[in-house]
Formats: sequence, structure tokens, C-alpha cells
Amino acid sequence: MSQETKKPRISERRRFFTDLAHHAGLGVMGVLLWAGYTEKAKSSPLTLRPPAALGENDFLKTCIKCGLCAEACVNRPQNVDRETGRPRPGTLKMAKAKDPVTIGTPFFNPRDVPCYMCEDIPCVPVCPTGALDPAKVTDPKSGELDFRMMRMGLAIVDPNSCIAFWGIQCDACYRACPLLDEAISLEYDRNPRTGKHAFLKPVVHADVCTGCGLCERACVTEKPAIFILPREIALGKAGAHYVKGWDKKDQQRVEERIGKDVTTHDKSSSESPEDYLNRGLEF
Amino acid sequence: MKWSNVKYLILRRIVQAALLFLYFAGNYWGWKVLQGDLSTSMLLDKVPLSDPFAVLQIFATGATLGVNVLIGAAIIALFYGIVGGRAFCSWVCPVNMVTDLAAWLRRKLWIDRIERKVWITRNARYYMIVIALIVSALTGLAAFEVISPITILNRGVIFGFGAGAGLLLAIFLFDLFVVKNGWCGHICPLGGVHSILGKYSLIRVTHTSENCTLCMKCKEVCPEVQVLGMIGKRSEDVAKAECTNCGRCVDVCDDDALGFHIRNYLSK
Repeated sequence: MSQETKKPRISERRRFFTDLAHHAGLGVMGVLLWAGYTEKAKSSPLTLRPPAALGENDFLKTCIKCGLCAEACVNRPQNVDRETGRPRPGTLKMAKAKDPVTIGTPFFNPRDVPCYMCEDIPCVPVCPTGALDPAKVTDPKSGELDFRMMRMGLAIVDPNSCIAFWGIQCDACYRACPLLDEAISLEYDRNPRTGKHAFLKPVVHADVCTGCGLCERACVTEKPAIFILPREIALGKAGAHYVKGWDKKDQQRVEERIGKDVTTHDKSSSESPEDYLNRGLEF
Repeated sequence: MKWSNVKYLILRRIVQAALLFLYFAGNYWGWKVLQGDLSTSMLLDKVPLSDPFAVLQIFATGATLGVNVLIGAAIIALFYGIVGGRAFCSWVCPVNMVTDLAAWLRRKLWIDRIERKVWITRNARYYMIVIALIVSALTGLAAFEVISPITILNRGVIFGFGAGAGLLLAIFLFDLFVVKNGWCGHICPLGGVHSILGKYSLIRVTHTSENCTLCMKCKEVCPEVQVLGMIGKRSEDVAKAECTNCGRCVDVCDDDALGFHIRNYLSK
């Protein structure tokens, strides 16, 4: 009897259920810890990916972290330092633990090494998983790779620190751009401060800019006044209900909608405009 | 020290180092012998080789995959499944060098005899596989690939080390002070996948009990001692999946009681 109180006998049934609970508990704990870390291990939304990368979520799912793109980038034949004859550092880097990018995935930082937009785009066809999708940079008509179709990001100008906006002559970004006068053009404006000089303001055209970052690299200010952001961050979205009445093709959308319900229903549409506009500001 | 006592150990180190060197050369000099890394490589610029576990995790995230990795994963799975067994772990994986060093130091420093025992089931690796796949599906990111010390060490050699190298030190200390053969022999889910893959492979270690003098040197060095249950009792092949075919037991045996053998499925 005394022995039994020391070590009570456990029935098979109880052992089964305790074991089950034990395993389930450890499993749930493991999933929670691991999933929590994995979620935090995802890249910063400011990460710049190689050309032809899938959208960030799909890219993270698909990339197997093999580094074939980065190897193709650094070992391309034209990537040679003219002075030493040695290869220059590659554009694409494989993220390490301290980078704000999921470990082992390729990214680039144009301030260090921009993308030189190789005509044969060596980094894309080597991708074994399809995380870099050649279709995204293939001209559907000719079936050939077209570096103009790359969309790695978008150049954004900060007019506060861009010295061209101050009236100082600088066209470093304009001249560095591989799509000269297409992705960045110079807008001439009168400088009212002097009355006799011109502003030559750089303007980026989002429909042409590939986000290669040569402009960011070339910028002369202490911290670049033109820089690349991922397009999801850099671009807004007007929404389907704005129609360009002066654009025949866009105007067509209105005709397509005739007969359908075109009224917007949201929280404020249940009230009359007089009511919600006169209610005053709420903070 | 006799050559026959270190033969497989030295062969393994040569293979491991040569593979790392070829990977490094693939990036640094652009050699087209072995490019990429252990998650996916291109052999001679033609043949894709992929980690079947990484591919499985990517499937769990719901992504669709290119043909090259599928062919690569099939080649690897077939090679180890039919020929090599769990040889990836002891002949290819660079972490093996780290954990073998920890195990060697453990023996030399007598840590086994003074430490408090921490117990982890050797089946933890199989639970880790399941958890890794669940987490991959939940988060949309291949879960083991963001913490794998194997690819961190492999990429470190190829592309340069970062702070992730700290994880390798942690695993070294874990194996040295916490659990004997803790990482490779208990936890690593990739080892679990290769155990499952290689269970029916042709190359096995085989035991001849008539020659055995019960010196138990083999059990001292074996990283997966549970597979050597037949020592001194029965003459048979090591059949358990977790044997890594490292050949250390064959090396240390002075009585010709252990050797490599091609499993014969026909005579049974």
C-alpha cells in the first residue's frame, strides 16, 4: 500500500490521454514559438529585390535561397574592375542575419552597388524555382529578354534636399540614368529668386523607371536626394472611381458602367452630406 | 595512429571540404562545377540538385515551383534513397564538422561523466519535420530555411559569414554541454528527412558478431548509438534509419567485426 502511494499506478487509458496531451502541448508550443520567429524573420517592406521577382509575399514563399542569381550577377563577364582586372562586387547580395531582409534571400542596396541593367539579365533565367519569373522581363512580341521591363523599384526625388531644386545646376542623376531622358527628364523652370537663371529639376517617370538605382548612386548630396523605394511603397492608387474625362480610353470605362449601380455605399452614404459635413471635425 | 582507424573519417572530411571549396569557387571565381548552395545547386551547369526538405516546405507554403527544383529534389531523393542512405549528414553537411568536434571534445574532456543529464527524445527530429511544415503553411515562409544552421554555415563559406554564425557556436555549445549528439542526433529535421529517405538504401554498415570482442569502441564513437543494438549479439546489417553511414564504427573496430556492405534484397 505504501509503495502504491509513492508511485501511483497509471491506467493504460490515463497514460494514453496524458501522452496525447503531452505531445499536443509540446507541438502547439513548438508551432507558436517557431511561427512567431518566422513571422518576425520576414523582410522589411523597403527591401529591393532582383529584377523579375514575384510580389514580396510570393517571393518569400518561392525563393529557396540558393544564391544562383547572386552568383550570376557577380560573375557576369562585364563585371570587371578596369584597373585591377578583378570582378567588382555584385549587385545582388544574400541577406545575412543582421540585414533587415529574410536571411538567405537576395536583395540589393543601390547606394552600395546599383543594378547595371545587363541586356541579357543573367540573374533571372538561372532561378530554379520561379521566384524570379523570366516572363516578367520577356517582351511578349519578340520573346526576348528586355531589360526595360525590369521593375525593381521606383526613384523618388526629395525636392527639399535636391540642389537642382535650389537653383544650383546639377544633372548627375539625369546623366547617370541608363534610360537617359526617358526615366528621368529635366523640367525647365524660371528661377524667380535671380530672375535670370533657370531651374533644371529632375522628374522621374514611373512608367519607364526600372528602379536600378544608378541615380541614387550618382547623387552628389551627402545623403542621396534621389533614392529607390519598392513600387508598392512609392506609388499610390487613385481607385477605379476616378475617371480621366480627357482620356478617351479611360472615359470608355464610364460607358461600360452605364446600367450598373454606380453609387458608392459606405458609412457616410447613409447620412445626407449636410449632416456629416456640418458635424465638425472629430479627433 | 593507423590509417585503417581513420580512413573513413579522413575521406569524409575531404569530401566535406571539397564540396565547400567547389561551392566557394562557384561564387568567387565563377567555376561552373558546383554552383548555388546546399538548398539548390547546379552541377556542371547542367544538373540541378535540390534539398527535398526545402522543396517540401515551399510546397507547404502553397507556392508553385519551377521544374528545375523538382528534378533536382528527385535526383537527390533517389540517390540517397537507393544508394547512400543517410550519408548526406556525415559526408556532405558542413554542420557535421561542428558537431563532431563537440562530440570529440566531450569524450576528451570527460564531460559525459560529470554533466547532469538532459533528456530529449531522438524522435524530436520527426516532430520537427511536422512542425516545420505546419509553420511554413501558417506563415508563408519555409520555416526551417530561416533558422537552418546548415545553410547558414554553407552560405557563410560561399557568400561570407554574418551574425548567423552565432547560431553555429550555440549548436556547438549545446552538443558539448547539454545533450550528447544533441543537434544531429536528436533535433535536426533535415537529418530526420534523410533518415526517412535513406531507410532502404543499398549501402549499409554490417556487423559480424563472431569477430566481435565486445570492446564497445564502436558504441563510444557512434553518433546514433541506438542503431548498433546488434553488436556482439547478431550478425546483421545496421537496418535502423538513423545510421548516417559515417563509418566511424568501421574505422575504430580493430577486430574486423564491422564493415560496409551492399544490402542484398534478393536472398531474403
